[in-house]
Amino acid sequence: MSLTSVDAFDASQYWQLSEQVSLRDEAFGALAYHHGNRRLVFLKSRELVELIRRLGEFDSADEAISELAPADQRDRYVTALASLHRSDLLNGR
Amino acid sequence: MGAESSLRNRFERGLAAPICLTWELTYACNLACTHCLSSSGRRDPRELSTDEAKSLIDEIALMQIFYVNIGGGEPMIRRDFFELIEHAVGQHVGVKFSTNGTRIDKAAAQRLAGIDYLDIQISIDGADAETSDRIRGVGSYDAARRAMDNLKEANFGQFKISVVMTRESIEQLDAFEALAVSYGAELRLTRLRPSGRGVEVWNELHPTLEQNRMLYKWLLARPNVLTGDSFFHLSALGAPLEGLNLCGAGRVVCLIDPVGDVYACPFVIHDEFLAGNVRAAGFGEVWTNSSLFKSLREPGNPGACSSCGSYDACRGGCMAAKFFTGLEMTDPDPECVFGHGETALASKSVTIRPLSSPDHSRRVPVALSSR
Repeated sequence: MSLTSVDAFDASQYWQLSEQVSLRDEAFGALAYHHGNRRLVFLKSRELVELIRRLGEFDSADEAISELAPADQRDRYVTALASLHRSDLLNGR
Repeated sequence: MGAESSLRNRFERGLAAPICLTWELTYACNLACTHCLSSSGRRDPRELSTDEAKSLIDEIALMQIFYVNIGGGEPMIRRDFFELIEHAVGQHVGVKFSTNGTRIDKAAAQRLAGIDYLDIQISIDGADAETSDRIRGVGSYDAARRAMDNLKEANFGQFKISVVMTRESIEQLDAFEALAVSYGAELRLTRLRPSGRGVEVWNELHPTLEQNRMLYKWLLARPNVLTGDSFFHLSALGAPLEGLNLCGAGRVVCLIDPVGDVYACPFVIHDEFLAGNVRAAGFGEVWTNSSLFKSLREPGNPGACSSCGSYDACRGGCMAAKFFTGLEMTDPDPECVFGHGETALASKSVTIRPLSSPDHSRRVPVALSSR
């Protein structure tokens, strides 16, 4: 367990989807399943799914969001990533 | 709540693949529980071979079904049991399997403890041998406790203790909780369905209205007790219980039986709910294109429940419970918390209670030999 999993989510840091997580596309977005803690998470937008898939390509979550999300929805995406982080779906470096 | 209810509507129209896939590995069983959902006992000679079972696992992995619930019969009776679960977890398909525990000796417990992505549910139906054995057979409770001891000794980690709620076991909720705590285990409670051999015992064993109300409050106070979305019919009492709170049959749930037949859910092993067979075109073809599943994904007709203010909470209840008590799909659940199901049953001059079509019950009673 890294310390980051108990810290608050910091969007200026590097994040990637945990290798323990599988994503499956669905009409409403995607299902994410964490094989370690057995959590099933519903991702209710395709844009969010795309962002999570590609998160690890960017130096920070902020950078990924400004590249992939509409500018007026930045806060929504940070909130979504923070809740995924709380469920251990995201890893830092 | 708006987003949640739209997501539920989305689920009711079906998913690309099931969230919860149950696969009964074999109809063979060394017990003969009176409420067995799959009327198990004798092995079916047409059972999927090891190679067929492995191909099915490959397809499950390809469809990105995250985990499979394995049951039976007693799944550990299959000689290739370990080979199959290791094949599944090797491809990141998690395995959750239900067992009566009789085959979990010290060596098996060690082997199970070494496998990742594996959850084990050990079934008992009472918090003491007398209560449990009345349903599951003499010696079955002690065998299950030995399995729990062996798993604990092997440092398996957290396993689940699984209990069907009957009129008797529901009076022992606190004792089940204490037992789970003593093993560091999770407690899982499920609903007694009038399916399989359960058709014959449901009348006497299903919880009363008062007991169901008590269970609802007990569960609401304990969100960590697992239920597999079993009691969504009780959500009509107020705040929703943990889970999706819908009938997932053919939408987010289905069952593959030991010979590869695909049914809408684990509680409807009956010709009327048979969608196809995996041997013909594979599982994905059945899941996506079966006419039965397509019709289950159409918006439901609330029927007799349309004037009830709680329909949104309970969705009319469990399809299997209605079917096997002789109710129509548009009738209320037989255990409707407002008593509408009992009224509906009483008002019918004739109810035909269908028996499960495939019946693999043994023809003579079995006694559990101590090994």
